[in-house]
Amino acid sequence: MTNILSIQNAKLVIGEKTLWNHLNLDVAPGEFIAIIGANGSGKTSLLKAILGQLKLNSGTIRFQYDLVQQGSDKIGYIPQNRNLEESSSILVKDLVRFGLSGHKLGIFLPTLSSNKKVKEALRCADALHLANKNFGDLSGGEQQRVRVAQAIIAEPVLLLCDEPLSALDLQQQQIVSELIKREAKDHNAAVLFVTHDVNPVLDKVDRVLYLANGSFSIGTPDEVFKSDVLSELYGTKVEVIRNSGRIVVVGAGVHDHHEEER
Amino acid sequence: MNIVFDFSDFGYLVSLVLISLLVAGLLGVLGGLVSTLVVQRDASFAVHGISELSFAGASIALLAGFDVTLGSIFGSLLAALVIGLVAGKSKSRNSITGVLMPFGLGIGILALSLYPGRAGNKFGLLTGSLVSIGDYKAQSLFILAGAILITLLVFWRRLLFSSIDPAVARARGVNLRTQSIIFMLILGITVAISIQVVGALLVLSLLVTPAAAANRVTNSQLWGPLLAVIFGVVSAVGGMLLSLGAALPVSPFITTISFTIYLVCLLIALIRKKVSSWQ
Repeated sequence: MTNILSIQNAKLVIGEKTLWNHLNLDVAPGEFIAIIGANGSGKTSLLKAILGQLKLNSGTIRFQYDLVQQGSDKIGYIPQNRNLEESSSILVKDLVRFGLSGHKLGIFLPTLSSNKKVKEALRCADALHLANKNFGDLSGGEQQRVRVAQAIIAEPVLLLCDEPLSALDLQQQQIVSELIKREAKDHNAAVLFVTHDVNPVLDKVDRVLYLANGSFSIGTPDEVFKSDVLSELYGTKVEVIRNSGRIVVVGAGVHDHHEEER
Repeated sequence: MNIVFDFSDFGYLVSLVLISLLVAGLLGVLGGLVSTLVVQRDASFAVHGISELSFAGASIALLAGFDVTLGSIFGSLLAALVIGLVAGKSKSRNSITGVLMPFGLGIGILALSLYPGRAGNKFGLLTGSLVSIGDYKAQSLFILAGAILITLLVFWRRLLFSSIDPAVARARGVNLRTQSIIFMLILGITVAISIQVVGALLVLSLLVTPAAAANRVTNSQLWGPLLAVIFGVVSAVGGMLLSLGAALPVSPFITTISFTIYLVCLLIALIRKKVSSWQ
């Protein structure tokens, strides 16, 4: 089995702070990996580095054997739930169509074949009924479902999700994360899922990448969410409590764990 | 004031200004498309700033005896590049524009007051005078507008994507900086052409109003720009035809038609809202 994504000995420093060092991560096709960590631990920066938007200080990131320079049309990207600029207005179906062909030259012309794909993607994301609405008028959960449709329409082999659950209520978090899991599986796309709370995706992940203190830990949730592993990572006494299928990490310096990431 | 429309030798007049009408039509198409991007990028204020710098360039050229159109293009490109390069975000863009704008207008007025020639030329830069610019110049404006239109169509989808949804566009491999520079260049030259038609003070009526009006009635990325193009052409060509009949400057007609279209679209939006709230 060949890897979709291969991160070798990567190091990223921003300002004075080393976000991560000696990071190695191979991602297999269809694998679902959650990237967890506190504010400023470098989760979003990792996605940016994969997209070639941030330069590594050392090491390499290869996406399908290539060094990524400037984004890719084989990567689907789901941003944080944030509305578009207030001045922007766009129909849901047009936003999804951008995911298919927005990066190409030429005029914006809805062809029959692209119409079919847009419909299919929206249907997959249970958002077909929203096709002719203005994106800005939708609820947060609806917007994220449209984002999933936009990300999967070009059949990417890798889905990068940058805090897609932020600003959603618990029920919508479940719906959106299940949708991402299902669509990734149907299209055999690997997923890197950045989140500050592992619980909504705990039953869906194959592995977890936990970033903290310029260091990291990789493994299955059971391997990573152990008191001794995280204590070593944080360099201080940390306790992992499991309560009816949920994981809570408590301890010094971890208090901002559930805060909103900017 | 009593405006007397006289359309008795209208056909003859139209044949005299045919090339100017063609320029106006093409500018209407350009205005419809460019205004779509301006509205999506929230860059109306930048348009105004660029037009004042363009006015300054034209006035200096007039004073120095250079080609006025070239001066105007030079001024607007300089302003467009400064605004585009220095300021990515709408907020800092606005303050930079606010700093540039009075400076440009001041320089322009200074150059005009020093200019010893006819006052009509001076006034034309502020309020437009396409009919009086002559066939040769109208032809070069037509070619320039055509070239910009082709460039715009080539990059259209990317420009739209990066204007509306920059984060995802970037992840999909679109270079936002390049798109921003292309947009600013297109905007700069379109402003310079518009100044010849409606003048520096009224550029917004062709480069903002058409899309702002279209936006009231549709959010479609197909019909919105098309509608804006129709609005732009109706305003520019219609204004020109009316001004021929009335023997008055073209710009008040263009701005009035453009504004009327906006009001109608606003009314349609309000009625629709009412109807949907009843249902």
